[in-house]
Amino acid sequence: MTPLLRMEGISKRYGGVRALEGARLECERGRIHAVLGENGAGKSTLIKVLAGVVKPDAGAIELDGKPVALPGPAAAHRAGIVSVFQELSLLPDLTVADNIGIIDPPTRWGLIDQRAQRRRAEQALARVGADVHPLARVRDLALSRRQVVEIAKALARDPKILILDEATSALTAADVASVFGVLRELRDAGLAIIFISHRMHEIAEIADDCSVYRNGRHVATFRAGARTPTEIVEMMIGRDYSSAFPPRPADKPSAPPALKVNKLSWTGRLRDIDFEIRPGEVVGLGGLDGQGQRDLLLALFGALTGVRGSVAVNGKEVRLSSPRSTRGTRLEGGGIALIPEDRKTEGLMLSMSVRDNLSFAAIEQFSRAGMIDRAAEETAIASMIKLLGIRADGIDGPVAALSGGNQQKVVIGKWLMTRPQIILLNDPTRGIDVGTKQELYQLLRTLAAERAALLFYSTDYAELIGCCDRVLIFYDGAIVAELEGEAMTEHNIVASAHGLVSHASTSRAEPV
Amino acid sequence: MTGRAQDLRYWLASQRGPLLAAALFAAMFAVFLVEHPAGASANVINTAANKGALLALVAMAQTIPVLTSGLDLSVGSVFVMSNCLASTLVAGEPLQVALGVAAVLASGLLCGALNGILVVFGRLQPIIATLATGAMYYGVALWLRPTPGGDVNENFADFMTGSLGDAVPFSLVVLAGAVVVIWLPYRKSALGRAAYAIGSSEQAAYMSGVPIARAKFATYVLAGLLSAIAGLLLTCLTYSGEANALLGGSYTLSSIAAVVVGGTSLYGGSGGAIGTIFGAFVLRTISDLLFVFDIDPLSQPLFLGIVLLLSISLGSFRLLKVKKRLDLYR
Repeated sequence: MTPLLRMEGISKRYGGVRALEGARLECERGRIHAVLGENGAGKSTLIKVLAGVVKPDAGAIELDGKPVALPGPAAAHRAGIVSVFQELSLLPDLTVADNIGIIDPPTRWGLIDQRAQRRRAEQALARVGADVHPLARVRDLALSRRQVVEIAKALARDPKILILDEATSALTAADVASVFGVLRELRDAGLAIIFISHRMHEIAEIADDCSVYRNGRHVATFRAGARTPTEIVEMMIGRDYSSAFPPRPADKPSAPPALKVNKLSWTGRLRDIDFEIRPGEVVGLGGLDGQGQRDLLLALFGALTGVRGSVAVNGKEVRLSSPRSTRGTRLEGGGIALIPEDRKTEGLMLSMSVRDNLSFAAIEQFSRAGMIDRAAEETAIASMIKLLGIRADGIDGPVAALSGGNQQKVVIGKWLMTRPQIILLNDPTRGIDVGTKQELYQLLRTLAAERAALLFYSTDYAELIGCCDRVLIFYDGAIVAELEGEAMTEHNIVASAHGLVSHASTSRAEPV
Repeated sequence: MTGRAQDLRYWLASQRGPLLAAALFAAMFAVFLVEHPAGASANVINTAANKGALLALVAMAQTIPVLTSGLDLSVGSVFVMSNCLASTLVAGEPLQVALGVAAVLASGLLCGALNGILVVFGRLQPIIATLATGAMYYGVALWLRPTPGGDVNENFADFMTGSLGDAVPFSLVVLAGAVVVIWLPYRKSALGRAAYAIGSSEQAAYMSGVPIARAKFATYVLAGLLSAIAGLLLTCLTYSGEANALLGGSYTLSSIAAVVVGGTSLYGGSGGAIGTIFGAFVLRTISDLLFVFDIDPLSQPLFLGIVLLLSISLGSFRLLKVKKRLDLYR
């Protein structure tokens, strides 16, 4: 029997980064197929190709043995492929019923039949067991309710292939149970379901088949239960990463902590975060993507409101009310700097010059009575360019003309100009080449040696192990494990990030 | 709580902007009528309705692109251009009048279609594209009618600006007609919902397979049509045409203010033309109030500005609740 779906030789590059390389996937009717892999293994890209959102550079897709082209999401919907995405595809200002009926709503005389639409929405919501009013605005719903609506929206389209990409990540256990009940029903009705989740116990519970991906390639496909969770984790990690990291200093830092965080919480997204960093330490933030690591960095940088708990810098409690308030001139002993996640929107003013970008954050340091002292600025910029090895034709050209790696160096340089004592890094090596990555690792160690305290979030586990003295593993807005020294292995990181704590040096809480 | 009561609560929450604007208008207009030397006579109401209906139509036109987080700076020019065209074509025999009306409306559709093509297919930013086309449409108006004048079929004009049964101003009937024939069906069509979807989150709309190009194009076409209807009504009020640049500009800017006062977000995704209509009447009533309270004409612009600022501030309270400061800058 030909499989319902067959993807073969799918390749996709983003600039120099290889997202998929000859990947394949086969799904059969009436089965739930789990797709597994680390962050950046290519799962999401593969699914986006299938949903018509990403156009592959090469490869073929067959439905029922017939080749299909999927130039856009609308084409995928017509082919019966419906996805529930990790980033929600709901329209926040519209009502739940409008969202569920957004594609081919029931019409009467060419106009949307509100009553029929509402009935349909109510049925879809009842099917997933959701207690959501059809007239509620999606914007006003909690994240877990939105995910339920998203799933109801997908079901209302009568798909042949249903894709759930991390669609259960924000759901409560009771919601997951009712969604799984629906998935089993749909499977028994003959649908092919593709299921992506980072929660291994969910996969063990629901999947019939599993496919593992690593570095954009397909590794193996097997029946669920044929491999142990440990074997699966080994497959996801692989054994092919090479060491590119500078050595750690021999002696452990012992100075009193530069940053001490106590019971930090924020709107249910961060829960009772406790930790400290000493000067000279590099502390990693690990775990699955989107478990609250970014929110923690933003909270420490003063970009969130309604943060509870206390933060002490050099033993003194501080109030972090805005990025301005965390700068060196306002905090004793140097400020807090955040190297943001998206350098193009939050880090750089792309059309402005390298000079302007570098000196923005520190402009007060070389200003007198509001006027910029060009000579002092020039000296500071020259030494920063030298320190970071920024390769630019001139400092007056637009920063947009630089390569990704050099742009990232400018972002980092901009904050180093303020001589921060605490440096928060939000996935700084994403999308930059290997050479620049190694320079950045070296830089982190240099900064630590100069007694800065670094908090380093990365989605790349190898990086955390290679660069950090300690790693805090996040799960659902809380720190679930702290790994140090020997315990800091890729296996332990992956296991605790998936809520499968086998052994960790200091396990902090019950795994969820 | 019963299902019906809950439905009502959600409906009220979704209609907060229009209801607020309607309440504001009712209060202001009541004060105006009480203070007016002539009282609530049919004549006073008719004049107020005629002035308000013109802005309400232009502002309805503005609302539709704004729902997609677009903007149409050419609505005032299309309004003036249709006025000039109508003062040439809508004259003479009844048949000629009918053809003239059709031609004026078609010209509005055409202007809107050009805007839509530039924004959707030319990928120009709406504010710039319509700034340029607005200047062009004004140019056409000037070319049609270099000096004020022209002619319009008087029976038709008197009918359009009179009162229905001496009580209901006919301009309000035209406005209601635009709501019933154009706005409500649009609001309930898949195309109209697509406009809300785009303004709410263009990415999510794309991911949901919403026809983005078609829906955006339609918003500008409808804006052109509604502006042309306003131009036609203006011709009936003045019995003539005039390529008045000041008039066009002030209607464009007032239309944006009316949209905001009426509870439609300039970021798109929420609001609607009903609120805008009340927003337009609020704006018109402000200047009427200044008149009946005998405010010095020289200070009127200042007062107008202050009252406008207060009215639009009502809509910005949500920003006080933002949890992630970065969201303020999105």
